[in-house]
Amino acid sequence: MVGAACAYYAARSGLSVTVLDRGPVAGGTTGAGEGNLLVSDKEPGPELDLALLSTRLWQALSGALSPRIEYETKGGLVVASDETGMAALRDFADRQERAGVTTEEVTGDRLRDLEPHLAPDLAGGFHYPQDAQVQPALAAAHLLRAADEQGSGRVRLRLGEEVTGVLTGAHGEVRGVRTVGGELHAPYVVNAAGVWGGEVARLAGVDLPVLPRRGFVLVTEPLPRVVRRKVYAADYVADVASGSAALQTSAVVEGTPAGPVLIGASRERVGFDRTLSVEVLRRLAAQATRLFPVLARIRAMRTYAGFRPYLPDHLPAIGLDPRVPGLLHACGHEGAGIGLAPGTGLIVARILSGEELPLDIEPFRPERFDGV
Amino acid sequence: MARDRTPAELAGAAPEAAFEITFDGRALPALPGQSVAAALWSAGIVAWRTTRRGGRARGAFCGIGQCYDCLVVINDRPNRRACLVPARPGDTITTQEGDGHAGLAV
Repeated sequence: MVGAACAYYAARSGLSVTVLDRGPVAGGTTGAGEGNLLVSDKEPGPELDLALLSTRLWQALSGALSPRIEYETKGGLVVASDETGMAALRDFADRQERAGVTTEEVTGDRLRDLEPHLAPDLAGGFHYPQDAQVQPALAAAHLLRAADEQGSGRVRLRLGEEVTGVLTGAHGEVRGVRTVGGELHAPYVVNAAGVWGGEVARLAGVDLPVLPRRGFVLVTEPLPRVVRRKVYAADYVADVASGSAALQTSAVVEGTPAGPVLIGASRERVGFDRTLSVEVLRRLAAQATRLFPVLARIRAMRTYAGFRPYLPDHLPAIGLDPRVPGLLHACGHEGAGIGLAPGTGLIVARILSGEELPLDIEPFRPERFDGV
Repeated sequence: MARDRTPAELAGAAPEAAFEITFDGRALPALPGQSVAAALWSAGIVAWRTTRRGGRARGAFCGIGQCYDCLVVINDRPNRRACLVPARPGDTITTQEGDGHAGLAV
């Protein structure tokens, strides 16, 4: 998704772009995501600023792209089970408000006006009307299609073509890439390889410590609209921000236009191990049914796993790499890549065309882990 | 003539006595071990579900539990595969409309 957004905004800036992907469109982390466009789970800081920018850009994209991307401004609802949790949410929301997020406190007795199937014993929650959702695979595909149409041949899409090397000139500057199909010359190379971004960086001779953080999603049988918003438990925010490698699960429940309800979210760092974990699924199901008791009567049809591109400080790497002139990075967005893609793509396009940046990208500089 | 022969005859089956199930309130006979789909077919019923979007009629297609076309409501539980679930005495079979969970919509 991030690569598609980079191509889209670069083409709109008048640049010629070749998109190389060793797999199909949305064949990696994008296709394994839930398509969350969230501001609610982000602390004030650079990631939230990028999310707010991206939220505005997604809104504009939704008008420009096919309605088939399933863009829904459904809003998010974070719920707390007790007063301690509620106090923590209130403090978090207060700080977010000051950073430009719209929040609305919902008392326990009003929760079920918003979500009629929620468990009756919850203390309360916060509503985030800016949270939205897309179908990520369709969104990536339509973004690439729109990029190509607008650029009238400026965007070439080469799928199933793996990058095997980065070509450099006499002064170490990027001259293009080598792929399984031959050499491709370009003055700039954007590393948008997601969870494999560390490998592409290594091909260019630089270190970028992207690690996979595995997550499972449970998919229920098709239902009518049972869950209106993206609903999650307050401990999700703490899990997202945690650096632990150990398994963490917190219920994140949302409906989809296609019918199934998606249940996440688990986090664990176990490398690229795709082995199905019954323990993770059991915990996800238990936590989801605690929030929505009605789900206990509903069958889970399938499950899928994906790998979030994790960087140790939970911020993406965006921008020029001073270690290799001409190399840019746009990866490491962890679980927020779909949401943060447009802002990232716009930044990359502005760097390439020498235009003014929409926000300060200093916190995202790719070389920040050197010597750490 | 060959077309008069039934699978039960061909297999030399000697099932025990039939029992009753209902389909949308109508009483039907079913044999021990017979799937719900087979019992419905035997009564000349070939459609017992409507599709989620177009409301089109559906019944058994693959007959071996793979295609999920034969979903039906059995004893108030939707999304059961009629081709796999054995009929039991007194079962209440109901046409499934769409996803079968309309009552949960908010």
